[in-house]
Amino acid sequence: MKQKRYVLIFLCLAAAMLLLMAANVCIGSVNIPFAEVLRILGGERGADVSADIVLQIRLPRALAAAILGGALALSGYLLQTFFHNPIAGPFTLGISSGAKLTVALVMVFFLERALRVSSLILILAAFAGAMISMSFVLLMSKALNHMSTLIVSGVMIGYICSAVTDFVVTFADDSDIVNLHNWSQGSFSGVSWNNVAVMTVVIFLTSAFVFLLSKPISAYQLGEAYAQNMGLNIRLFRALLVLLSSLLSACVTAFAGPVSFVGTAVPQIVKNVFRTARPILMIPACFLGGAVFCLFCDLLARTLFSPTELSISTVTAVFGAPVVIVILLRSKREGA
Amino acid sequence: MDEFYFYTKGMTVGYHGMPLIRNIELKVRRGEILTLIGPNGAGKTTILKSIIRQLSLLGGTAYLDGTDMSRFTGNELARRLSVVLTERVRPELMTCGDVVAAGRYPYTGRFGVLNDRDREIVREAMELVSIQELKDRDFRQISDGQKQRVMLARALCQQPEILVLDEPTSFLDIRYKLEFLSVIQKMSRERRLTVILSLHELDLAERISDRIACVRGDCIDRFGPPEEIFSGGYITELYGMTEGAYDELTGSLELERPPGPPEVFIIAGCGTGTPLFRKLQREGVPFAAGILWENDLDYPAARALAAGLVTEKPFHPFSEEKLLQAKKLLDSCSRVLCAPGLDLEGKMTEKLRSLAGYAQEQGKLG
Repeated sequence: MKQKRYVLIFLCLAAAMLLLMAANVCIGSVNIPFAEVLRILGGERGADVSADIVLQIRLPRALAAAILGGALALSGYLLQTFFHNPIAGPFTLGISSGAKLTVALVMVFFLERALRVSSLILILAAFAGAMISMSFVLLMSKALNHMSTLIVSGVMIGYICSAVTDFVVTFADDSDIVNLHNWSQGSFSGVSWNNVAVMTVVIFLTSAFVFLLSKPISAYQLGEAYAQNMGLNIRLFRALLVLLSSLLSACVTAFAGPVSFVGTAVPQIVKNVFRTARPILMIPACFLGGAVFCLFCDLLARTLFSPTELSISTVTAVFGAPVVIVILLRSKREGA
Repeated sequence: MDEFYFYTKGMTVGYHGMPLIRNIELKVRRGEILTLIGPNGAGKTTILKSIIRQLSLLGGTAYLDGTDMSRFTGNELARRLSVVLTERVRPELMTCGDVVAAGRYPYTGRFGVLNDRDREIVREAMELVSIQELKDRDFRQISDGQKQRVMLARALCQQPEILVLDEPTSFLDIRYKLEFLSVIQKMSRERRLTVILSLHELDLAERISDRIACVRGDCIDRFGPPEEIFSGGYITELYGMTEGAYDELTGSLELERPPGPPEVFIIAGCGTGTPLFRKLQREGVPFAAGILWENDLDYPAARALAAGLVTEKPFHPFSEEKLLQAKKLLDSCSRVLCAPGLDLEGKMTEKLRSLAGYAQEQGKLG
């Protein structure tokens, strides 16, 4: 009975992802019929412009939205588990913003010297920033027990990092400044195949590793003391959770900038749709859910006021922020 | 020492390298129940946390089944020892069934998937603490008492040889306190489960424990069977009780005696007086009572609360001398009450009848 339900939800998520993927490739300033997309993907050279649009712009972008969205949701799920806090997420805790700051610094540094920035360097920079923010959040979490105060401190960290980033971006003197500005607002545009390849490898390896941790995560859900009694090495496990969640959100920030609320809202929606928090289901489900959510939001970001493109965070916030409010209201009722 | 399933040698425990309780020597045989008692903040929880390896020992060694506990891997220990803690658990979207099943953790494979046998053990554990009907309920939405039983089922699911519980009965009402401890006693008797727990309820501690360790100051002040601990006024001393009284035999507590010379004299016996004594205590009226046999049900409360008391040795007829004493005491009181329900018709209560008559003559009997 339950099993059937889970399978059904998974099928729906997968179908939604494929559908949105197709929509993202087909719809845009130039609408390309699905049949033609298939022809282009089949290797048949149709109209050159269409082929370029599909192969060089829309397909990598759609893939990036799906993969990064999944990573973001998964990162949020890990953070929510780690802090036993339903509104934790890479964005709400300021981790995305920390990563954004270091990436901006590195980008400006490289661009001013007219050097190309490789995907890997971006990820490393983002990871360093994410870890700095994360350490700060960890320090704060020792002093602050209440779930909303932790978030407030995260938001503050976010503001500080964003302010510094804006400062850096504003005074950076480069022709790529427009790109940088777009990126610092959060956007899936301008993703290259090279980027897609790197993010696929990094994110899939990390996610696979997270999946292997699903058993210890389930023990950790009962709190540290019980988890330890069940034989879990708490220190190692906590360190792994911090590293993996930071790596995932760093990867997203490196390629798409800060994307708001996906990490908080998607795991919550998914948990409530499945009506369980079992890691073995939640890890793949959050990934799929994040992919669907980001594909959907990116589609809106691109098409709603076409040709003007909205920043992805604007769209995700519209759908994600209300979820956070609902969670806050509900946790109040449950007497958190 | 081989026969002891769990024992410690010179164990010192504390937080952050600061020793709190030193030189702890506890021993318990397989299938026995060891209870820690002692005042709030004495360090019962610290000792338990150290035993379950949540705190590292600052000195000495704890042995489980003949092996130094620090040698066990996390999983090895988890298959032998499980816990019920005071830590509040608020797992998101977990049913009570899920929480209980979490106890199978040390036995399941890489991904923690339950097999039929695991499910059977989970079902059995839930039946044992009678929470089958909670299986699909959200853990966060059940009462504290129910939660505690779910956590016990979880711990039993882990199929431990030793169970450590920190104040497990604190959130339970009387019925569940008894049920909870009954399950524990049953498990210890039938499956030879060794149990170490801390309790605030002294009466329950006395009844369930095979051994009791009293934590006071920086050491285990006393360690022994309950009959040794609950004697000679030790409990009053252990808890530093300066107000009120604790009866070691019945475990009943009395508040402080009203100050001043007695105003009311009470003729009572067979438990008819105790409610009256307590009522006067609440009203702050000092009173005297008599004559009571020292084995009378009313005796403990009278001894704790009465400002004046005339007693007689058990199974001895009341003597003339005691009657005289009682009359004298009665003279100093302005009012005399005969406890409602007291039967004065018996052969042995002749002196009480004459005491009542004496009060009647003086017009004090109300």
